[in-house]
Amino acid sequence: MQNILAIWQREMKSYFVSPVAYVVLTIFLFLCGLFFFGGLAQLVQISISQAQMGGQIPIDVPREVTSYLFRTMALILLFLVPMLTMGLFSEEKKRGTIELLLTTPVGNSQALAGKYLASLTFLVVLFAASAITILPLFVYSQPDWKPILSGYFGMFLYGAALLALGLFISTLTENQIIAVFITFGVSLVLWVIALAGEWAVGSARSIIEYLSVIGHLDDFIKGVIDTSHIIYYVTFAFVGLFLAYRSLESMRWKG
Amino acid sequence: MIEVEHVSKVYNGRRAVDDISFRVEKGEVLGFLGPNGAGKTTTMRILTCYMPSTEGTARIAGYDVFEDSIEVRRRIGYLPENPPLYMEMTVESYLDFVARIKGVRPRQRKSQVNDVIEKCNLGDVRSRITGKLSKGYKQRVGLAQALLNNPEVLILDEPTLGLDPKQIYDIRTLIKGLAENHTVILSTHILPEVSMTCNRVVIINKGKVVAMDTPDGLARQMAGAERVSLTVEGPADVVRDKLASIDGVLNVQASDPATETSTTYTVECKLGSDLRSTLAAAVVTQGWGLLDLHGVSMSLEDVFINLITKE
Repeated sequence: MQNILAIWQREMKSYFVSPVAYVVLTIFLFLCGLFFFGGLAQLVQISISQAQMGGQIPIDVPREVTSYLFRTMALILLFLVPMLTMGLFSEEKKRGTIELLLTTPVGNSQALAGKYLASLTFLVVLFAASAITILPLFVYSQPDWKPILSGYFGMFLYGAALLALGLFISTLTENQIIAVFITFGVSLVLWVIALAGEWAVGSARSIIEYLSVIGHLDDFIKGVIDTSHIIYYVTFAFVGLFLAYRSLESMRWKG
Repeated sequence: MIEVEHVSKVYNGRRAVDDISFRVEKGEVLGFLGPNGAGKTTTMRILTCYMPSTEGTARIAGYDVFEDSIEVRRRIGYLPENPPLYMEMTVESYLDFVARIKGVRPRQRKSQVNDVIEKCNLGDVRSRITGKLSKGYKQRVGLAQALLNNPEVLILDEPTLGLDPKQIYDIRTLIKGLAENHTVILSTHILPEVSMTCNRVVIINKGKVVAMDTPDGLARQMAGAERVSLTVEGPADVVRDKLASIDGVLNVQASDPATETSTTYTVECKLGSDLRSTLAAAVVTQGWGLLDLHGVSMSLEDVFINLITKE
């Protein structure tokens, strides 16, 4: 436990000593703000045109804005998660510090756990910071906080799955740039695979739709917490971590 | 303390280490000598549990490096060829981190870190970023890291690589001092280092052990004979015949070219016999002038070149 904590702390420091943390935070918050504004402007347009037509269908503004925000956040994370995981193992391999890590009493699983927890912590920091864009809603209206919470919960699971994938890929190479691109590429494929699902029929279609990393997010954003989606993301993360573990083991055999 | 038995390592079909066996007793400093690519680093990586061997077993303090890897790791300090530094950390926070992952108790951490900082003379740079340090300091931080948690066995891969002469001297002195409380294996391709710091030498080439002895013993064993060099004023041929006729002399070689009046001879004598006074007496009773006489020992360098160029 002490080992995991030590590695977690070192990773956190290394995020915030290097520019990575600030770049990721800045991009994330800027885009969140931008899309929040965009989403709101869109709603204003809709309500104006509705008023001109004479009809008045009530719009739950806070609800619409937050669900729009969550959907764009998911897209932004697709780009940012690779930056959070790129250095986790590849940097250690490049600098030779992996040789230190694996010759001290730290086990592979502890090294993995410490690093994974650090990246999860950073994810939580991102979400906490993004609350700045959502808080004004509470000032000017009374949004239902439950779907917001379940949305964040879903986003966390989604992020955790992508982080595990990135962690695995960073064990494969000592080049951070390669790690970024492969992680991004694989995540993107898992994202757009849903489009392929539209052309498929029968069970192929449902399998493809099940694999899509984004499809499982919708219910959370709507405020529905469905165990099947939780199982999907947790399994995804678990597979990523397991592959990372095996990859660390095999690295020792290959030398 | 360290037992290596028939260890081999195969990489992509190439035998990087081929059936190596040796032992290191407690308190010994073993020098691991060999040209680049001889298998030194691979052997050390096997000993430190970084990679498993393909064949054979290695034990440290009675624990198998493969079966009881965690127990072994608790007992070793390892300095890899490139000091494993996190470039963005300060020396002090880096050492504190290593102390933590090595399982040093929280209460002792501060004092242990201070201790190794003092031992490795890092006081001036303790709050500097490791990435900005000179090569010599980086190496010393790497060594300090290996000393944390006071391991029984120290495994140092080329500890003096890339240092200037003064730093090399300092590190060697430090390593000698460590031998009191630790068992040390160090690898190097610099010969004087071995004769200065090690009790015993293993010479390895192309993955195989080609010789193993004390530095002195190795020099003697390789020479196969005691050698005496003497410079005599007198008729060259006669002197040579006379010297060759002395009991115990195996071979006499006159150096070439000789000066006008004197010639230098290298006399090989039977191992273990000291013929210096006999040789001197023989020369003097003939009425020749004895200008110089001294024993010649083969340097470790000669031994090394001899061994690794044999094939």
